[in-house]
Amino acid sequence: MTAPPLGKDLVGLEDLSADQIRLILDTAEPFKEVSERPIKKVPALRGKTIVNLFFEASTRTRISFEFAEKRLSADTVNVAASGSSVQKGETLVDTARNLEAMRIDMVVIRHPSSGAAEFLGNRIRSNVINAGDGKHEHPTQGLLDLLTIRDKHGRIDGIKVCLVGDVLHSRVARSNIWGLLKLGAEVGVCGPDTLLPRGIEELGVCRFRRIEEAIEWADVLNVLRLQLERMEMGFIPSVREYYRVFGVTAERLEKAGRPMTIMHPGPMNRGVEIDSRVADGPHSVILDQVTNGVAVRMAVLYLLAGGRPELADAAKRSGGPE
Amino acid sequence: MSRPDRTIILDARAMSRALQRMAVEVLELAHGTDDLVLIGIQRRGVELAERIAKSIEQDEGAVVPRGALDITLYRDDLETVGPKPVIGETRIPGELGGKHVVIVDDVLYTGRTVRAALDELADFGRPKRISLCVLVDRGGRELPIHPDIVGKQVKVNSGERVDVLVEELDGRDEVALVRQGAPA
Repeated sequence: MTAPPLGKDLVGLEDLSADQIRLILDTAEPFKEVSERPIKKVPALRGKTIVNLFFEASTRTRISFEFAEKRLSADTVNVAASGSSVQKGETLVDTARNLEAMRIDMVVIRHPSSGAAEFLGNRIRSNVINAGDGKHEHPTQGLLDLLTIRDKHGRIDGIKVCLVGDVLHSRVARSNIWGLLKLGAEVGVCGPDTLLPRGIEELGVCRFRRIEEAIEWADVLNVLRLQLERMEMGFIPSVREYYRVFGVTAERLEKAGRPMTIMHPGPMNRGVEIDSRVADGPHSVILDQVTNGVAVRMAVLYLLAGGRPELADAAKRSGGPE
Repeated sequence: MSRPDRTIILDARAMSRALQRMAVEVLELAHGTDDLVLIGIQRRGVELAERIAKSIEQDEGAVVPRGALDITLYRDDLETVGPKPVIGETRIPGELGGKHVVIVDDVLYTGRTVRAALDELADFGRPKRISLCVLVDRGGRELPIHPDIVGKQVKVNSGERVDVLVEELDGRDEVALVRQGAPA
């Protein structure tokens, strides 16, 4: 009956069991309703202090975390790398230890280096939530994508999901692949060979060389953002060429002859990886993803803050709540 | 003193009678159904509110709005909620401003659940009055909270708890006094 609780930190979906992922998704459900209330706030994390430590630019994720924290009544502080002591050469651990000395409870960290969240989590007492570390993982994005697929299709098991584009550099793709495989989805990837990781088939992921084949196969297309810097680095010849070969366009989807759920983690490059008519079309759930992001992050914060099994057991033994 | 592990306090028929009487008392307290809203507390309070509302509707021929409230996020003991907190649905039927809200729950014990429910309701609006209706009052209050309508007063010794079963969730209607540690 009782699923294992989450650990101290949320570093990546690779480390979670299917039951733990389901627990987060199930806990996110009631939090959706909280955001629809006249007063969009519950006191669950009253008195908890959360630091959002962002060493990389982010708008959507930071705002989403901040809304999630505020709707749970936590006190939040935002620290950006620019304009902070990080610029003066302070190390990550020193920054975090200084914050911890001010008696914080949780750190949400976004960092350009893979492994930064785990590194930090192993060195401070506060709960650490990974909001994206280098090319490693972006677990809350993976979770909100899973929730959105479950909302749309009623299940995740057996659904065919294809990640399109720059899978190689994408932490979103990595978190999606782990989460989807654990919950029994079939996963495909499609993109230029230069942007697909070698040996990805060994994970049980299908590789599609042509976008037409991927569209033919999939129930859900999760279109990844093409980072335009990739062009200068020689991974793709040109943006126009990329759109011509791999762009998710209305014409290509029409040929499939059936509705296909369209997802994108944002921010979108319209006319590069995705056509505006697709992004704004009837089967796009791109804005549902954003809505679900707040609910999933509330669930993660709530579970990490409250998941103390030894106290819960003690409470149960003493008769527990009525 | 030897007591059996499980003593039935209300069987299905006694529970049905108690709920019918409570429905009449709710109607009296609210002076009819005009402003009445029943809010059940998750989980079993929701079913009990539904029964009371149906009983009133049968007698009065008027629709009684009812809703559900999950107070998990308003508890004062987050650390003891446990590794797998189950948060139920919260569903408030329309505006609460100017309404007479009757909170329905299965067991009244410490009063902390009701405290949380009052806080949560305040975030949905400003009812003109809030009353409390419980199937079982087992005493042991830790807060100055008092029920307006009670189905059954039960004296509970230490090491005992009250189990309320409802047909919708448990397959039968029953209120029982259970010795802690005894099989449910």
